[in-house]
Amino acid sequence: MSATEGAAAERHGVPEPGEPQRHRRAVSAEDTLLTVRGLKVYFPIKSGVFVDRVVGWVKAVDGVDLDVPRGSTVGLVGESGCGKTTLGRSILRLVEPTEGTVTFDGIDVSSLAGEDLRRIRRRMQMIFQDPMASLDPRQSVESVLTEPRRAHGIERGEATTVAQLLDLVGLPASAASRYPHEFSGGQRQRIGIARAIALEPEMIIADEPVSALDVSIQAQVVNLLEELQDRLGLTYLVIAHDLAVVRHIADVVAVMYLGGIVEQAASDALYSAPYHPYTKALMSAVPIPDPVIEDTRERILLSGDLPSPANPPPGCRFHTRCPYRQPTRCDDERPALRAMAPGHTVACHWAEQIHSGEITPRPSAVVGAVIDAAPPTTVPIAGDPTITTLGPPPGI
Amino acid sequence: MSLAQVEATTEAAKVGEEGGSLRRDAWRRLRRDPVALVGFGIIALFVLVAIFAPWIAPYDPADRPGAGIVTPTNIPGPSAEFWFGLDELGRDEFSRVVFGARTSLLVGVVALLLGMAGGLLLGILAGAFGGKVDTVIMRVVDVMLSIPGLLMAIAIAALLGRSLLSVMIAIAVINIPIFARLLRGQMLAQRGSDYVLAATSLGVRRRSIVLGHVLPNSMSPVIVQATLTLATAIIEAAGLSFLGLGSPDPRVPEWGLMLANTQRYLASAPHLAFFPGVAIVIAALGFTLLGERLREALDPKYRR
Amino acid sequence: MSVTEAAADHLLDVRGLSVAFTRKGRRDVRAVDGVSFTVDAGQTMGLVGESGSGKSVTSLAVMGLLPKRGVRVGGEVHFDGDDLLTLPPERMRDIRGRDIAMVFQDPMSSLNPVVPIGIQVTEVLHRHQDLRGDAARTAATESLARVGIPDPTRRLKEYPHQLSGGMRQRALIAMALACRPRLLIADEPTTALDVTIQAQILELLKELVRDSGAALVMITHDLGVIAGLCDTVHVMYGGRVVESAGRRELFAEPHHPYTGGLLASVPRLDAPRGAPLHPIPGSPTDLLPWSEGCAFAPRCPNRVEPCTENPPALESAGGRELRCYNPLVAAEEVPA
Repeated sequence: MSATEGAAAERHGVPEPGEPQRHRRAVSAEDTLLTVRGLKVYFPIKSGVFVDRVVGWVKAVDGVDLDVPRGSTVGLVGESGCGKTTLGRSILRLVEPTEGTVTFDGIDVSSLAGEDLRRIRRRMQMIFQDPMASLDPRQSVESVLTEPRRAHGIERGEATTVAQLLDLVGLPASAASRYPHEFSGGQRQRIGIARAIALEPEMIIADEPVSALDVSIQAQVVNLLEELQDRLGLTYLVIAHDLAVVRHIADVVAVMYLGGIVEQAASDALYSAPYHPYTKALMSAVPIPDPVIEDTRERILLSGDLPSPANPPPGCRFHTRCPYRQPTRCDDERPALRAMAPGHTVACHWAEQIHSGEITPRPSAVVGAVIDAAPPTTVPIAGDPTITTLGPPPGI
Repeated sequence: MSLAQVEATTEAAKVGEEGGSLRRDAWRRLRRDPVALVGFGIIALFVLVAIFAPWIAPYDPADRPGAGIVTPTNIPGPSAEFWFGLDELGRDEFSRVVFGARTSLLVGVVALLLGMAGGLLLGILAGAFGGKVDTVIMRVVDVMLSIPGLLMAIAIAALLGRSLLSVMIAIAVINIPIFARLLRGQMLAQRGSDYVLAATSLGVRRRSIVLGHVLPNSMSPVIVQATLTLATAIIEAAGLSFLGLGSPDPRVPEWGLMLANTQRYLASAPHLAFFPGVAIVIAALGFTLLGERLREALDPKYRR
Repeated sequence: MSVTEAAADHLLDVRGLSVAFTRKGRRDVRAVDGVSFTVDAGQTMGLVGESGSGKSVTSLAVMGLLPKRGVRVGGEVHFDGDDLLTLPPERMRDIRGRDIAMVFQDPMSSLNPVVPIGIQVTEVLHRHQDLRGDAARTAATESLARVGIPDPTRRLKEYPHQLSGGMRQRALIAMALACRPRLLIADEPTTALDVTIQAQILELLKELVRDSGAALVMITHDLGVIAGLCDTVHVMYGGRVVESAGRRELFAEPHHPYTGGLLASVPRLDAPRGAPLHPIPGSPTDLLPWSEGCAFAPRCPNRVEPCTENPPALESAGGRELRCYNPLVAAEEVPA
């Protein structure tokens, strides 16, 4: 692809200056497209000489409830080992759930088998993290994009054409005859997206859609995903570890830790006033490209490492690393998700007290560099001392 | 960042390169590789010699043009008339070596094809179905591999009686587990890839995934193994004939058989061992060279 | 300032470094194309860029870790009076580990998986400080403790796969700092780690560098990491430095359209949520060779005629450096 072809093609998704901010569609809780209840995915740990015996379980997903309203974007954030990828795959039955139900548009997906399962796959698709690994190196782009149609026996005239798909994702028509290794990472991810929308699905689960891409390309793909959602009326479940990306694209965000959701709220509410200690630590850890903020912000550092999902801590799974841990309840009682505010749930015994400041973090867990410069004009977001913000970033 | 990664990302040289499928890519790389070209040249030479043997060889391999000249103590070496000399029965060694190419290549190719067919079948079954099928097949393969190849080949050939066919079957059998394990391993590895997961999530049928995605991506090492196996098959065939397990007909020119017959005359007529021996080595070398270069050409890591 | 004076002033003085990978039958790939920068003792310098910018190759060239065949290195790298590029291999081996140390991105592939951690750390001590036996083990335990690895005596006997990613990276840092080098080069040390672990490791690096007075060269693509850590920043693109400035100046007022583009395309936790992202069109591999003009020109919103005719030169002004014909002017203007 020539540079100009690429540049021209990729102007899709870049809003013109002065264009209004992306319209956030109102999501009604009544029209829920996807419902997950009590989902558990346990992987057996086998050991043995001749015959493998099961000696334990890796509890990758340990009891998750999730609702995805039609037309909205739900974000699932967490670090490695939290089970978010496994959750996404088990919703699509790419990994078999051990327990729990997944209901898609009223249909119980978790109990479907054979042809029924295959057919419902048309309506729920996935975008993968590694654009190179998720494309068969021997398949031309044309073959990649026509395979979904062929798999479901759809006639050529009834499906979106290859040219249309390429156009939707901002690739030139000449890409059809090329092979994956001839494209850059961002372009390959676009091919993956084109493949996912080929069957006109209703929902797309995007598993780390931009983490494998260069920084300057990530924004292109994020913009593309948003544009496709508007044009095609898609519902998204976005799984990512990049908090800033998820904040940008999602309406509702759920934070996962060691197999369970620890906090869930509308995007604005979660980022401006997180309740759960893990969420607070997560947000304070994200570097912000502004030296003044970086110098003066307080960070909450977690101690130790992630416990093994094969042997999660008793009680609250986070208590071994929690800077706010209390002597009672935390180590023997697993907290349930409870509502702090409408639409904002938290799994923490002491959420109210932490929020009001009654319980403070251990001093050793808080790091803040205070420098001698004049204090900046910061506006702490209501309630939370760990994130401060200036006005719109300079240069923008 | 490893150096390989660093090189892969500085793609300024990408500008101006033609595209194309991986096969075209590999082919282009092979064309430029001198070692691969030498290997290919050797193979081409032997194939041509084998095909055009009747026109290249001055005599029929059973003819004894030198019958009057040879005695047990005087077996003439290379001369202007007989380029490779005469053998102990007065037959033209050159003609016999040339016709021997036919036999050796025939045995090698047939043995390879039979071995591949059996091995690939087992490999596909194990790789595609997994689970218990895989376990059972792999245990059988393990047992086959634990018996030393040549011993097993000898046993099989002895069981089936002395003939070229039994040699082919014996070599085929000892190669079955090699291909089975190779293909099964590749398929298992490919089955775990993201693109297989992607095809599943699209609703592609399992059979289409295995045949259309997993299998084609598993074939590269198999192709490489095939060329290398051809090289060893030629040597194994010679070995079996040497041991007397091949064709019982002494008129059939088979390089290994020719070597066997020369034991008595090694000191006085070394040319009888030299030419067939060198032929075996060079033939095997040709396939090995090409095979090694093919492995590199098909390895995705070397892709630009 | 005379050349020798300048060389003695800075701890590390890189001048016109160039690295070209030669390939049979193909054009050379110029990964690094004339890069110059200086690092002083106690200073933290950031090298920012994406794939293809040449930032990693630069650090490998400084450390002398590039292969000899197929690579052509030019320019000068002055460290403490010596030009590292012209030193014999034995001298370079002395300097590596003792005076200059490097921490790499992927801790799993940088550690020998079949050798216990303790031996890998004492190996460094043994090579440069000639410590053996108990003295070496004590020093190794101290190194591990200093980087915050709990129960260090037990860890000495463990293998890399028994440690988590964060612990492995700490072990690598311990190995790097074991002999108290004067310069530490960290090449994307936290990219492969989770963000909460990243925060821990960055905090650790800050503290260790402050305590030991070493200089730090931080190589990364993450502008947030740079903002929190580095005194000076050099932005690289296509093998050359396109902008250099002090940390605050660069973020407050980026001059180069690439720097501005990067800042504008990254979603930030502190920006209003609905603000659109402004990606840089094209891809980092859409490059013009520098010989034909500015490498960034195909993607640059500020492109003007001279950009595709002649490569812009690096110019200094007001403590900053810039390689651009048509830079971003004022903070209020949005790059078109």
